Amino acid sequence: MSSDLSEIEKHDDSHPELNAHTDALLPDPGMHEHHWRPTDVDPKAEKRAERQVSLFFGLSALCSVLFVVAYFAVEPGYDGDVWAGYGASNLALGSTLGFALLFLGIGVIQWARKLVVDIEHSEDRHPAASSPATREVAIAELKAALNESGMARRPFIRNAMIGSAALLGLPAIVMLKDLGQTNAQITAEQPYPGAGLEHTVWDAGVRVVRDVVGTPIRPGDLEIGDLVNAEPATIFDGSLHGAPLQIAKSKAATILLRMDPNDIDNDVTRNWSVDGIVAYSKICTHVGCPISLNERTTHHLLCPCHQSTFDLADHGKVIFGPAGRHLPQLPLGVDADGFLVALSDYPEPVGVSYWERNTHDIDTIFDDWSKNHAADAEQYGYKEGGQ
Amino acid sequence: MSTDTSKVAASNGTDAAAPAGKPTKAGAAANWADERLGIGGLSKFLSRKIFPDHWSFMLGEIALWSFVVLLVTGTFLTLWFKPSMAEITYQGSYAPLRGIDMSEAMASTLDISFDVRGGLLLRQVHHWAAMLFIASMMIHMMRVFFTGAHRKPREINWVIGATLLLLGTLEGFTGYSLPDDLLSGTGIRAADGFMMAIPIVGTYLSFFLFGGEFPGDDIIPRLFTIHVLLIPAILLALIGAHLILLIYHKHTQWPGPGRTEKNVVGYPMVPNYISKMTGFFFITFGVTALLGAFFSLNPVWKFGPYDPTKVTAGSQPDWYMGWPDGALRIMPGWESHFWGSTWSWNIFFPVIVLPMLAWMVVLMLPFIEAWITGDKREHHLLQRPRNAPTRTATFVALMTFYAGFWAAGGNDIIAIKFDLSINQITYFLRAFVFLGPIVAFMITRRWCISLQRKDNEKLLHGYETGTVIRTPEGAYHEKHLPVHEDEAYAMTVRDRGRVGEEPELKKNGKPTFRAKLRAFYYDHDVDKPTTEELSEAHRHAEHEAHELAAHEGHVVDGHDFDDHRHSAVEEPLSH
Repeated sequence: MSSDLSEIEKHDDSHPELNAHTDALLPDPGMHEHHWRPTDVDPKAEKRAERQVSLFFGLSALCSVLFVVAYFAVEPGYDGDVWAGYGASNLALGSTLGFALLFLGIGVIQWARKLVVDIEHSEDRHPAASSPATREVAIAELKAALNESGMARRPFIRNAMIGSAALLGLPAIVMLKDLGQTNAQITAEQPYPGAGLEHTVWDAGVRVVRDVVGTPIRPGDLEIGDLVNAEPATIFDGSLHGAPLQIAKSKAATILLRMDPNDIDNDVTRNWSVDGIVAYSKICTHVGCPISLNERTTHHLLCPCHQSTFDLADHGKVIFGPAGRHLPQLPLGVDADGFLVALSDYPEPVGVSYWERNTHDIDTIFDDWSKNHAADAEQYGYKEGGQ
Repeated sequence: MSTDTSKVAASNGTDAAAPAGKPTKAGAAANWADERLGIGGLSKFLSRKIFPDHWSFMLGEIALWSFVVLLVTGTFLTLWFKPSMAEITYQGSYAPLRGIDMSEAMASTLDISFDVRGGLLLRQVHHWAAMLFIASMMIHMMRVFFTGAHRKPREINWVIGATLLLLGTLEGFTGYSLPDDLLSGTGIRAADGFMMAIPIVGTYLSFFLFGGEFPGDDIIPRLFTIHVLLIPAILLALIGAHLILLIYHKHTQWPGPGRTEKNVVGYPMVPNYISKMTGFFFITFGVTALLGAFFSLNPVWKFGPYDPTKVTAGSQPDWYMGWPDGALRIMPGWESHFWGSTWSWNIFFPVIVLPMLAWMVVLMLPFIEAWITGDKREHHLLQRPRNAPTRTATFVALMTFYAGFWAAGGNDIIAIKFDLSINQITYFLRAFVFLGPIVAFMITRRWCISLQRKDNEKLLHGYETGTVIRTPEGAYHEKHLPVHEDEAYAMTVRDRGRVGEEPELKKNGKPTFRAKLRAFYYDHDVDKPTTEELSEAHRHAEHEAHELAAHEGHVVDGHDFDDHRHSAVEEPLSH
């Protein structure tokens, strides 16, 4: 490279691209004469700058020591000391460390600005490209290398080598296969209850219980306008732990709302309700946030993440925002003990859209559901056309 | 390099590092290293490298140093953080969450915050430095583009820079997802939704990443590896390449006295820049440390552990993820269903296609511009934004596009703070992201053109002194003084008119698309004055000065229009 550099230097003038902007209207005044700073000519100023720099370094050292003192002297933690609303430990450690660094930095910069010689220099530029001579040499060498290695003359083994090297990518990619089971595998094998995107742990007769506490709900417990975060009783029966529990919760979360039965303006919604109580998936059909902002007077449910708004009186249809589909409704019934239960799993997959999802309109979904579940649902008081 | 190095090494060995007298300790150490590593050549190459001085050249340095701060604080954090989703019951010192089940990741984050001394500081400094890293990269990118530093031969460095910005953003997302608190879990769930929306392969991507169904128990350890190993390694390599290219190309400089396309004027790496940069590293670190001390951010203990059935209102990602989130919010809910499949345009387009497309456009900007202008020359002198009106306006349009989506990312906050209807904000922003950039483009271009005219005015007629002269006839006019020769020179160092070869016409004699774009690019561009115009203006000014001097007495004391125009400015104005 060093020998190339000298060639570039020799070659420089033949590069017209560096001669841009030659249409100078005015003569170049040339680089300015160097102005000496007070610290360059006045020993007093120099001493003063030296004192300033050493003061900053001294302050920095002091802060570092104070950091160590604070480390041992101030209790950390939420229950630790609090100064002026700040965690005392964080404040003490942060400010001592911060100022130790800042003073050191300021000291070095002050040194650079006041005491380090500040004479401007000019350095020549060279074109980014290598010179034609260098290029020629490089190409010749490359050609020689190709020739000597036989890369050019033996295309078969060359291609075989490239091909086999490329195939080495396969093991790396195939290894990724076991990152996780696919949806199809999980859906077919059902390794845990409610596995796969099309299922949840809800099932016919599963009680609707309150989130967090897990107590079952009677229709009479709810006043008109009450919104309850609900879960299937399965979540609380101790049968699920770890990842399967989290997966079950992530799909089964449900919203219960009691409204005036006369406000319901969709037959399917009415069929799946009990005394004006409707249950919907809490998982937004947009990107899967749990929805929980209820507008009591309008039965509208707003997603806090991207503001999709759903009408709970009308099969959870989208009335505003980026969601593309209605909220799935959970068919409700009442068991022999008078508690709210699901009549089946959700009649359609809950949550976000995915490519393999077979999406239908609400009436088709209801017809399918009626064929498969209506007969079983009668034991929980289900009757099409009103309960 | 080898021949050169050996020469340097030999000379150092005999003359410089081990002089005839007693060798100094530093000299002996340098000699020891050079005899083994040949660092003399590298040192010779780097130490007197000249870098020009301007405040705006420091923006990229902020990004560099905040990355170093991230490496340092991040390494400390890994000592205590447990990237595991195993469920444990929290027993640490934060009373409100004691006894609650959570993942080890969340519990160890709480331990770092409350039980490790200085742990909260590390977390906060790390997060602040991440914000600073991305913000400074963006501002650095704006500086580069507005001043034309992306032009040949620096296009590849622009591409590397844009890639750094993309990777930095991903690094930020994977980082703030790690604590497994309610907010970060909500973000991961949204990311799962984004992946699922990709046609055909979406579910596979999601199930592979999560090791099965969301949330599973693999995602945190996998994000951890991506966050602490994969992306930082690529970032480090690209930052290295970015700096090597910077040194190879030599830094761009502003036009000015003695500064040409063929030189670089400034201070040497050693001792000037090495000391300034070292100082600046400590200042960057110090500022982030003070931010971490005084300004709390991401208080995960207030959000609580992730629970897939919960969410908080006002959930928002870190600011740099705000614009795709905003695009997601204002996108109409378009979804198609056919042949048993579901196509989520409402998600796929705003968060997958749009950001990738935007990134590709940013990546291609230098190449698009060079193709339009046909300019194949190297450029080392910077341009003022006004002297490339169409380029400046294009980037301002892109920034407006970004700003519209970014505002949409906070539409709920805007609605609450300003008591506005979220529906109306959304409808407004839907129109704004299309119309805003067009309006911004037009305003910026006209603004630049006006500034070009103003520059010409200044060159030809001098600057406004604020001194108003009343002639004996009772007429008033403002006195103008010529601009300083340095400024005048710098202002005139720019191309006149179009530079590239004109594209050939189409067979039917009509201009090609490229020719039309080029015409548009240079449309209304104001050329600098010609030499004749300039000397005519000077003659005129001199004439006027004589006219004024002919009047009784001294019209204005001090800066009369005489032949010593330039010295007039150099004298203090207030005498």
